[in-house]
Amino acid sequence: MALASFTRRTLAACGLSVTLSALAFAPLASAQQTQLNGSGASFPFPLYAKWAKDFSKQNKGIQVQYQAVGSGAGIRAFIAETVDFAASDAAMNDEEIAKVPTEKGVVLLPMTAGEVVLSYNLPGNPELKLPRDVLIDIFSGKLTTWQDERIQQANPEVKFPDDDITVVRRSDSSGTTYVFTGHLAAVSDDFAKDVGHGKSVNWPKSFVGAPKNDGVAAMIKQTPGAIGYIEYGYAEATGQPMAILQNKAGKFVKPGEASGQAALASAEFPSGDLPGYAGTPDLRVWVSDPAGEEAYPIATFTWMLMYQQQDEEKAKVLRDFIEYGLNEGQKDAPKLGYIPLPENVKAKVEDALKLVGGSK
Amino acid sequence: MASNPFAHVVSKFSGPPSASDYAVDKALRIIVQGAAAVILLLVAYIVFELGRQAFPAMLSFGPGFLVGTEWNVQQGVFGILPEIWGTLYSSLLALFIGGIFGVAIAIFLTQDFLDHRLSNVFRTIVEMLAAIPSVVYGLWGIYVLIPLIRPGAEWLHDTFGWFPLFGTDLSGPGMAPAALVLAVMILPTVAAISVDAFRRVPYKVKEAAYGMGTTRWEAILKVMLPTASSGILAALVLGFGRALGETMALAMLIGNSNQISLSLFAPANTLASLLASSFPEAGPVEVQALMFAALALLAITLIVNVLGLWVMKAATRKFEGKA
Repeated sequence: MALASFTRRTLAACGLSVTLSALAFAPLASAQQTQLNGSGASFPFPLYAKWAKDFSKQNKGIQVQYQAVGSGAGIRAFIAETVDFAASDAAMNDEEIAKVPTEKGVVLLPMTAGEVVLSYNLPGNPELKLPRDVLIDIFSGKLTTWQDERIQQANPEVKFPDDDITVVRRSDSSGTTYVFTGHLAAVSDDFAKDVGHGKSVNWPKSFVGAPKNDGVAAMIKQTPGAIGYIEYGYAEATGQPMAILQNKAGKFVKPGEASGQAALASAEFPSGDLPGYAGTPDLRVWVSDPAGEEAYPIATFTWMLMYQQQDEEKAKVLRDFIEYGLNEGQKDAPKLGYIPLPENVKAKVEDALKLVGGSK
Repeated sequence: MASNPFAHVVSKFSGPPSASDYAVDKALRIIVQGAAAVILLLVAYIVFELGRQAFPAMLSFGPGFLVGTEWNVQQGVFGILPEIWGTLYSSLLALFIGGIFGVAIAIFLTQDFLDHRLSNVFRTIVEMLAAIPSVVYGLWGIYVLIPLIRPGAEWLHDTFGWFPLFGTDLSGPGMAPAALVLAVMILPTVAAISVDAFRRVPYKVKEAAYGMGTTRWEAILKVMLPTASSGILAALVLGFGRALGETMALAMLIGNSNQISLSLFAPANTLASLLASSFPEAGPVEVQALMFAALALLAITLIVNVLGLWVMKAATRKFEGKA
């Protein structure tokens, strides 16, 4: 009975392997572990991932996991209560806030900030200044050649190629697009009407879409005459050229830590409470067109989403994690291309953090 | 094991099946049938789930969804005609290129052009193409293929710009690079199954053809190819299905622009790429529309497979004389 004995052997082997694997995983199951799971925006992912790693290393028995699934998916997971915290570049709108189960409640905390930069591919990598009207016209599809006289006037020393402008945009819906179109829509009513402001918008059909920041960056690198928008940290890390933009005051400003902080300093937080939550500060603020002389025009906060009512033990760990991010964690920001939170914003977050776990 | 009184005379390899053999047999049959049932149920459940989530979108957009050309989240206007067009156009182009090369490779590997051992090595190499992740194909397309075809594309557009296929300039990503990469991606599927189809043809058939006085190429093209045609068609149908569903590489190479253009150098979009690009950040209404689009993709794949089976049957009847 070759078959029978073979089967018996196989079954015995299976049994053995099951026992072995049970033994192997036993220590994992028995150790006291607090797991914090978060998911959401991809824009702050490198920074949050670093916080999670360092914080878990410092505190034995605590494991923080953050997955970059996109702001929209993060908000969905938060409403469905499948995560301990979530993150979103577009915060949450009133509609989404209303969907959070009231017995849990929500508080939104700005945790870091970043800039969106314009990267381009021109022969010799010259410095490129983009006046406000030129930027709008390029991204509305009205201005299509590099040898346009307005571009030439702003950059008299640059010799532009006889190329058409290939505009590269994000093909996936993203917080980066939300922030970028927010600025353009604030500057131009026509842009707001034709293209719109959102995580994915109605771009002109001639534009080329590429997925994620790295997709757009690669596409710009590979396409002569291309221009597109990516996150500052990304451009910094890959050494791509970044355009110098004209701000509301009419000054041309380079992206960077100082100009980003100048932009965020002008942020005026709403005075009211979060809709539906009396006593919870509303920390949703956008600087779509900052007024300062030194301010880089396209900068934004990005938020973490927390439940107010939850198990005290877990809430304490969450609060510790946020505290870590607000203090130690802010030092990691500039290295990775993010803007540290201004002091006044940090204080607001510290205050709102007391609501997590409902112990205010 | 029941004790067998004749154990000393019964050889180890014969004798009546024992009770445990029966039990094993029965268990195996249950497992296999169960596995088959689970697959069918799973497909049914996926269709049901897609349908359930797409239902509100179906009610609100109706058949206009399939012929609309806008995908505008702000205004809640959704249509997938450009994506349907791009999906079919890119897959057909890829099938055309990949099909010709795949069948050619199969002929080269099976019709005594190569030493047998060498042909096995080659076959393994071709099949290894299937193991490359699609992200790598996408990057290869961006960094190697696009710069490679750009000069040729520009020349074609400048010289034959009046011809619809070359009607636009290649800025970077677009139909041509996407279809070429797709062709490389379906090549292993098409080649491997065509090789098997050729190997299934009895050697006597070729000997008979030679006996009738055919040349080598006549034997290959007029005898072997028709005889293996059903297998080759199966390979093409599988390859086509593979091309329809490819997501990542296309999301990186096709340009994701919602337009319908005959030009090989214009950016376009496909259903799979639309789903991959929009899903992570989609709001509730867009999710319903995306589910509707997913259902459309499923329907297209199903129609293609049914058509493929039907063509295969017809070909088998015509060329192989089997009903």
